[in-house]
Amino acid sequence: MTDITIQSEGRASALPGWIIKFGKLASTVAVTLFGLLLVTFLIGRVVPVDPVLSVVGDRASPSTYDRVYLELGLDRPLYEQFYLYAKKAVTGDFGESLLTKKPIISDIARAFPATLELATVGIIIGTLLGIPAGVWAAVRQGRLIDQLVRIFGLVGYSAPIFWLGLMGLLLFYAKWGLVAGPGRIDISYEYAFTSKTGLMLLDTAMQGQWAAFRNVVSHIALPGALLGYLSMAYIARMTRSFMLNELAQEYIVTARVKGVAEWRIIWVHALRNAAVPLVTVIALSYAHLLEGSVLTETVFAWPGLGQYLTNSLQNADMNAVLGSTLLIGMVFVGLNILSDLLYTLLDPRVRSRL
Amino acid sequence: MSPLLSVENLRISFPSRQGPVEVVRGVSFTLGRERLGIVGESGSGKSQTGRAILGLTPVSGKATADRLEFDGIDLRNATPAKWRSLRGARMSMVMQDPKFSLNPVMTIGKQLMEAVKLHGGASEARDKSVAMLEAVQIRDPGRVMAAYPHELSGGMGQRAMIAMMLVTEPDLLIADEPTSALDVTVQIEVLRILDRLVSERGMGLIFISHDLELVSTFCDRVLVMYAGRVVEELDAAKMNEAKHPYTRGLLGCLPKIVGDVRPLPVLARDAAWLE
Repeated sequence: MTDITIQSEGRASALPGWIIKFGKLASTVAVTLFGLLLVTFLIGRVVPVDPVLSVVGDRASPSTYDRVYLELGLDRPLYEQFYLYAKKAVTGDFGESLLTKKPIISDIARAFPATLELATVGIIIGTLLGIPAGVWAAVRQGRLIDQLVRIFGLVGYSAPIFWLGLMGLLLFYAKWGLVAGPGRIDISYEYAFTSKTGLMLLDTAMQGQWAAFRNVVSHIALPGALLGYLSMAYIARMTRSFMLNELAQEYIVTARVKGVAEWRIIWVHALRNAAVPLVTVIALSYAHLLEGSVLTETVFAWPGLGQYLTNSLQNADMNAVLGSTLLIGMVFVGLNILSDLLYTLLDPRVRSRL
Repeated sequence: MSPLLSVENLRISFPSRQGPVEVVRGVSFTLGRERLGIVGESGSGKSQTGRAILGLTPVSGKATADRLEFDGIDLRNATPAKWRSLRGARMSMVMQDPKFSLNPVMTIGKQLMEAVKLHGGASEARDKSVAMLEAVQIRDPGRVMAAYPHELSGGMGQRAMIAMMLVTEPDLLIADEPTSALDVTVQIEVLRILDRLVSERGMGLIFISHDLELVSTFCDRVLVMYAGRVVEELDAAKMNEAKHPYTRGLLGCLPKIVGDVRPLPVLARDAAWLE
């Protein structure tokens, strides 16, 4: 009569759970990436840009035009074209950029680290400030601090970012000279170190170039803080509502009955539960920043993916656009997988459903 | 000897658009090391009475009393630190549904040991917890210690909850409908465990329930609450001597298996009971 009843809903299976989980994950990724390839391929065919003209130029002779037309494989059936496109894409070959005359992949390899660095600084600031602000607001629900956090957050996602960026530059750079201006680094420091990771904060620090490091910090401070503010606004709002939900649960009363101190109830019992949905929120904000914040990168002359993508679009550089789109898609897929894994780590209920 | 707990004129009100609403209106009783049942329907204020004794009235509510004394300690102006030293260590509470009252992301062991550690006993926290799980008749305490709440059945979860609340050997336990969420067959088992532990340790117990029959078999004394007031106080053995029409009505509503073919009477409420 005192049997332990440990629920198990797993089917009997010869394979260990993690292999099944991994298989599911791998097939999801494969299907998503295939879809992504297909969509980018179709976009490439649908847009009214003649791929041959963009290679040979307007004034090419008809014979040149025909030669390139055949070279690009445009005479073949669509599914064959897609096969060729996919085969190249898998090996990282997206062709050459019209603008830079370099392989797309090397352009992206240069632009993406700039975006990665900026987005990472942004999400770190956003998380470190957003979670405590949200928790604080939830604990003091309806009081002054709650209202302040909410207003601060509201401004964060309703004020246009280019305006905030310009205002920031005007005050902190032009007027008070607290930070450096647009760009990633001053030209005088650009050759003080060799670029290895493409992340200037990391490169300069690893090579002990502290003067250059300080310069990089001073450049990234303002755009980083700006993106941090944007993600903070979202993260704080979500943290607040997740925390309010958790603090109303019965297990919180249990903790109080046990005599647990209030700080421990908030930061250990409640936040540990709120962390589960928060992981997704943070991962999505990060993905959003990694897409390349076009406006921020434009205002701060930041040579990142957003700027690269905009330039390519405006010049009908289709190969570059498709390559960047694929990369952004992959980043999204990757972060989704990461948040799935973290979710599993954080929530025992999900773990046992594997 | 002074009683373990004395409550005099306890009033709890919550604000509403029509002004404050009193949900507990002048409840008084004393409790020794005995089993006191509080019965009443939903909204009669029985749960809020239990929570007020632990200082857990929701922040929007307001609890006042002429006297709220636990073992000679005036609880009315206890500081948060004082509350923390009393809760868990000397008074605790078992709640209705272990599905919600246990932290879903912490193992049972961690939650149990937290209770022990909070009240001084870090070194033997594990041994104490395992012993307590054995005391609530869990056969494989090691496995339950490592389990998460969702991996346990309702009965097991509630036993773990009882273990968590008794591991610090408190003097007063409030059981707020501890078996309502459980299957009937499991209910009796859990009650038997609770009964044994409470009488072994000579604790005071407040058993809150809407089940009059259950309470009368399980407790020494019964308070019947209606609309925020105690309408009748009875010796559990003398339930048939109940005078108040509400109590009599409740007793009359109980179906009998043998020789009872009349339609069940409906409780006819009287506005005078509110006074």
